[in-house]
Amino acid sequence: MYVVITIVILIAIAIGLVRAFRGPTLYDRVLAANMIGTLTVLMVAVLGFMSGRPEFLDIALVYVLISFVSTIAVLKVIALRSNATAATEK
Amino acid sequence: MISLIADILSWTCLLGGAIFLLIGAIGVLRFPDFYSRLHAVSICDTLGAGLVLTGLMLQGGLSLVTVKLLLMFYFLLFTGPTAVHALAEAALQSKLKPLVDEHES
Amino acid sequence: MDYLIDIVLLGLLMITGFAIVRMRSLLAVAMLTSIYSLLSASLFVALDAVDVALTEAAIGAGISTILMLATIALTSDEEKAPRHTPLLPLIVVTATGAALIYGTLDMPHHGDPDAPVHHHVAPTYLHDTPGEIGVPNVVTSVLASYRGYDTLGEVTVILTAGAGVLALLGYRTRRLNSRGPGNRQLVVLRVIAKLFFPLILLFALYVLFHGDYGPGGGFQAGVIFATGFILYALAFGLGNAQRVIPHRLLRIMAAVGVLIYAGVGIESMLLGGKFLEYRVLADDPVTGQHLGIMLIELGVGITVTAVVLIIYYGFVSRLHARDI
Repeated sequence: MYVVITIVILIAIAIGLVRAFRGPTLYDRVLAANMIGTLTVLMVAVLGFMSGRPEFLDIALVYVLISFVSTIAVLKVIALRSNATAATEK
Repeated sequence: MISLIADILSWTCLLGGAIFLLIGAIGVLRFPDFYSRLHAVSICDTLGAGLVLTGLMLQGGLSLVTVKLLLMFYFLLFTGPTAVHALAEAALQSKLKPLVDEHES
Repeated sequence: MDYLIDIVLLGLLMITGFAIVRMRSLLAVAMLTSIYSLLSASLFVALDAVDVALTEAAIGAGISTILMLATIALTSDEEKAPRHTPLLPLIVVTATGAALIYGTLDMPHHGDPDAPVHHHVAPTYLHDTPGEIGVPNVVTSVLASYRGYDTLGEVTVILTAGAGVLALLGYRTRRLNSRGPGNRQLVVLRVIAKLFFPLILLFALYVLFHGDYGPGGGFQAGVIFATGFILYALAFGLGNAQRVIPHRLLRIMAAVGVLIYAGVGIESMLLGGKFLEYRVLADDPVTGQHLGIMLIELGVGITVTAVVLIIYYGFVSRLHARDI
């Protein structure tokens, strides 16, 4: 019954995508991207168990680290950009 | 016998975790304000991830796979709340106001 | 039933692609591109292509997104509205797409055992790898040993790309900014970065040397290694990061990696074999193959790390120079 879990996680990813498209502010989209990253990690782990290949866990470990660094990078760029616009508005 | 108990426990954990992830996603969709959505994601995602990984660990038994799953849980436990904290700090810095009830002043 | 997951993932990819095209805010497009990379990496996992999924995760969701964000921060934030109606491009794209789909009607089915791709060199590699090379991961044995010459070309292309970025963007030294504004809010990030930095580097080394037995190899390991340093630069500022890994060291590292790779080839020639023939490197041919593969993966990892960090320094040092 790993398929049931995978389908539930896919539904959650689809709902997260709706928020990524709609979300009025930029931070909503960053939040949605982070959530989809975590859900993808879990889906890859479950898919690995479903097909009997535990090597997929390496991929899941890489995603966790990469999505974390990517989220922090986005926030830094947004902060830099708002600093720049605040500095030029004075 | 013990493997049957472990199987049932693992499926309960997996299903519970998946349901929590779904609840978190629905929360992100329907909450009215960015900060409340942040709250929904951070709590439900970490709990759901923990339950799913525990269920997989019970399926894996005592082996290298369980060690890797434990490592993954440890990483998610640390990076999830940190990313959410950074997100909330960035939103506050750019003066995004939370939705406050007008009657309580 | 197995195709259900593939179809759902492809559907999500298509929807994300449409959204990327239609959105005007470029920062949102960068985030959606990262989601697109994650979804396509899941698709690769569902299709059982594990090495490709690892590479797509490490590069698409990580480095590509970060560099795209740096570019957007350096240029504008909003895409300009098009000034002409896209009727002619639409006709061209539709005609090309229809021709491509018509072309796929003649292709063999997915996983057909009679397909020509399964009949030339692929069975030879699959058959000979356990005996001649002795590593379980056939992708590594093909990349590193049977087609080692192509991989040497790839590494040299990466080195050339790094040199190109260095020539175009240049490089500026940042001073140490341990006392910058907004420092208090970085405390949590700095603690976590200090905690995770050694773990990421260790994991990169694991992926490098475990690439014979599981998914991994030089390219993925180099990208993960560079991502660790990028995390450090994000938390502590570019000035501190440039003190940890100075630019001179990166330029030397980029060249040293390719040198190690070509050096292994020349060493095997000096020991009596042909260029990049690993089996003469040790007494036992299989041990020689293992030694050769390990050395060239190390070379590839070193070059990829150095080039990714050179490109990152090139972009971000420009960013800081403009915002001061």
